[in-house]
Amino acid sequence: MNSTLELKNVSVAIEGCTILDSISFNLTEGAIGCLLGPSGCGKTTLLRTIAGFEQPFEGEVWISGIRASDKRHLVAIEQRQVGMVFQDFALFPHMTVKENIAFGLAGLSGRHRKQRIRELVDLLKMDDFLNKYPHRLSGGQQQRVALARAIASRPRVLLLDEPFASMDIGLREHLAREVREILKQDGITAVLVSHNQLEAFAMADVVGVINDGRLLQWDTAFNLYHRPGNAYIADFIGEGVFIPGTVIGEKSVETELGIISGSAPLAALPGSPVNVLIRPDDILHDDDSTMTAVVHKKAFRGAEFLYTLALDSGTQLLSLVPSHHNHPVNEAIGIRLEIDHLVVFPPEA
Amino acid sequence: MSTTASAMTTSQRRLPGRSPSKTVLFVLASLISLPLLVVVFSIFNPAPEIWRHLLDTVLSEYISNSIKLMLGVGLLSLILGIVPAWLTTMFRFPLSKQLEWALLLPLAMPAYIIAYTYTGVLDASGPIQTLIRDLTGWGFRDYWFPEIRSMGGAITMLAFVLYPYIYLITRAAFINQSVCSLEAARTLGCGPWKVFFRIALPLARPGIIVGLSLVLMETLADYGTVQYFGISAFTTGIFRTWFGLGNSAAAAQLSALLMIFVAVLVYVEYWSRQKQRYHHISTRFSSLVQKPLHGYQAVIATIVCSLPVIAGFIIPVCFQMYWALLTYVDVIDSAFLTQIWHSVLLAALAAVIATALALFMAYGKRHTASTFTRLAVNISGMGYAIPGTVIAVGVMLPLAWVDKMVDSYFRSHFDVSTGLILSGTLFALLFAYTVRFLAVSLKTVDAGLTKIKPSMEEAGRSLGLSEFRLLRKVHIPMMRGSLLAAFLLVFVDVLKELPATLILRPFNFNTLAIRAYELANEERLADAACPSLAIVLVGIIPVIYLSQSISKSRPGHEFNA
Repeated sequence: MNSTLELKNVSVAIEGCTILDSISFNLTEGAIGCLLGPSGCGKTTLLRTIAGFEQPFEGEVWISGIRASDKRHLVAIEQRQVGMVFQDFALFPHMTVKENIAFGLAGLSGRHRKQRIRELVDLLKMDDFLNKYPHRLSGGQQQRVALARAIASRPRVLLLDEPFASMDIGLREHLAREVREILKQDGITAVLVSHNQLEAFAMADVVGVINDGRLLQWDTAFNLYHRPGNAYIADFIGEGVFIPGTVIGEKSVETELGIISGSAPLAALPGSPVNVLIRPDDILHDDDSTMTAVVHKKAFRGAEFLYTLALDSGTQLLSLVPSHHNHPVNEAIGIRLEIDHLVVFPPEA
Repeated sequence: MSTTASAMTTSQRRLPGRSPSKTVLFVLASLISLPLLVVVFSIFNPAPEIWRHLLDTVLSEYISNSIKLMLGVGLLSLILGIVPAWLTTMFRFPLSKQLEWALLLPLAMPAYIIAYTYTGVLDASGPIQTLIRDLTGWGFRDYWFPEIRSMGGAITMLAFVLYPYIYLITRAAFINQSVCSLEAARTLGCGPWKVFFRIALPLARPGIIVGLSLVLMETLADYGTVQYFGISAFTTGIFRTWFGLGNSAAAAQLSALLMIFVAVLVYVEYWSRQKQRYHHISTRFSSLVQKPLHGYQAVIATIVCSLPVIAGFIIPVCFQMYWALLTYVDVIDSAFLTQIWHSVLLAALAAVIATALALFMAYGKRHTASTFTRLAVNISGMGYAIPGTVIAVGVMLPLAWVDKMVDSYFRSHFDVSTGLILSGTLFALLFAYTVRFLAVSLKTVDAGLTKIKPSMEEAGRSLGLSEFRLLRKVHIPMMRGSLLAAFLLVFVDVLKELPATLILRPFNFNTLAIRAYELANEERLADAACPSLAIVLVGIIPVIYLSQSISKSRPGHEFNA
């Protein structure tokens, strides 16, 4: 399939300071990508570069087979046909919801415009507040209007800048899923910026982790969690600990938990020391197991406890245990390893 | 104030410092509102024969001239204010950083002074026309030259110095609200011009209307310019009715009529400010990236933005300096020094009074939740809208009445005449200044006080500070800047004030503003340059203050910091 959005080695500087360093990725039509990273990592700048607010000093941005930006050319923002949902929604306060949505539809005839608005109103369930002004709307309603306005003219790419940041934490995941459904229904290619991984996982097909202006990995959420490309991603995505080990074979490592074997060949040579990533779901609680660890801390999460366990050597592990297994701190409990994805990194210098 | 803390609601949290007594606050507020009330209630003391006379003679002229002035000044200041506000906000071009604050400089120039200066420059014996005659050999009546002493001249002069109100507020509106909206409009397919007309301008509209109503209030309040250009407007009419015809009742009635115009403007301003709130729904500002202009676009932008500064400040100041150099030997004498002393004395006294009162009232408003107190304080802050001439009338009438009562009492009991204790002394003048400029200090002090959040006081108390130490450690350091600003702003406003000073000053008590007025009216325009220049130079102080607050008010900068 053709890619709708493609970035080739894009580097962007603002006021002489390099913010993005050689970013490349592509999105096929209808796919939803998410740029994930801590605040200040450059993800918003990347979004603004795609929109045309910033110009790369190196590399190219291609939108639907058209070179939209490079160091010499910059297709004007208004001609790119990108939709954007801003973090604060940027609804026009002097226009009603309907006028906001119709804003980008100036090119359509009256009948078509009405029809498109009707579609969006149905899609986003906006009947109740179509004639209100933005300041009368709740945050969730404002967000729906911002989304409707951005997708009204069927942009080639939809960009969303932290669209759920101003929502209640409880609402975010739910809204992310809802927005995903709407985008999928309309077949819209979208790029989302977020610093919240649950939001990213809920919404995106592909997630790119950005740190310090570099795109570290562009992959599915599953792979980011289970096959992280480097120690930073392993640490940034999900929870887990590193325990020291030694490579003993092509696919095996020896650690104080015993020999752990993976399915894929390791990148390290036998005999070399490595850090092994142990996720909370890799450690199962098993009363019959001979291997034990002492409960050091526990955090109640509803369906599960997240136990911090200490081995005899003092090494700590995390374990997710169904919450009817309620063990007091300092009790030794039996544990068992179930590692499907062996992830190792060279020890930090 | 009762100390039963348990009875207090959260809105009546007890704050440090002794709360000013409600009664004192009420008495002060009533005193301050007295001149306004006197004028307004003169409506209920109808004098049909006066009205018939006014209607038959001058009233229609006053009204039509004032409306023409407002239309002209309003339109011209909108253009002079909005265009540079947009250009300096959105684009970077040669001198744009300097022009950002320089566009405020005409605020330092009182309208009557720019009128005197341009008359000196443009009238038949001025340098321009002399040059034309020298070059062409024409005589006085051989050519056409625009007459500066006309309605058009007055409109131009007023707009040259009043447009900064619109520039200032519009610019703030452009900076504050539209960045994200502007970007959103771009992604929805709007080019830069369309963005300006469909988003930026409508969004800034409440701000523009606030600025416009301030400009129109100043236009209605102007006395010096219309008087000098011989235009019959309300202010000159009130003055003439009072002094020329000795008819104080008619002057009060005219003042009341003028206040109806002002009341409409105050309402419009208030209403727009309310509306402005709804236009701020954004909680996050993205910093504004100014687009650099190149080539002829940059040249045009620089020229367009410098024209108002050149016309409203640089040209008049240059001529004032030139004339001051020619005339200072004759003009600067002991009388001139006395005038400076009088001006500074009056301005400093009025500024101290207005700042102290503002401090007292702002704390009073903060401490008591009573709507009545709030209303009283808010009414006291209305004086900025009332023309100096009207305030003078409103001050003069009750003070003269008190003087008369006191005088007749002393005469009948002690056979002594006390004369004019209040109305003919500095008391009347300081009273009028306080009424007119309390709003300025009140707004500044209030703004300073709101920065001290109740939670900060609570944090201070919870960290073990006593009320007194809280005042010393938190309030005084945080309020110092606002108090100084309030003092300076009132000081400068008083120094520039003309009509109230003219009416209320004690006999032979001259200030710089009066001196400039007198010299100009004696057609000694070059001689008027020294006092004018002095007033303008002092007037730059608040401009500096304003320009600093502008650069601080850029939310994008704060966000990035």
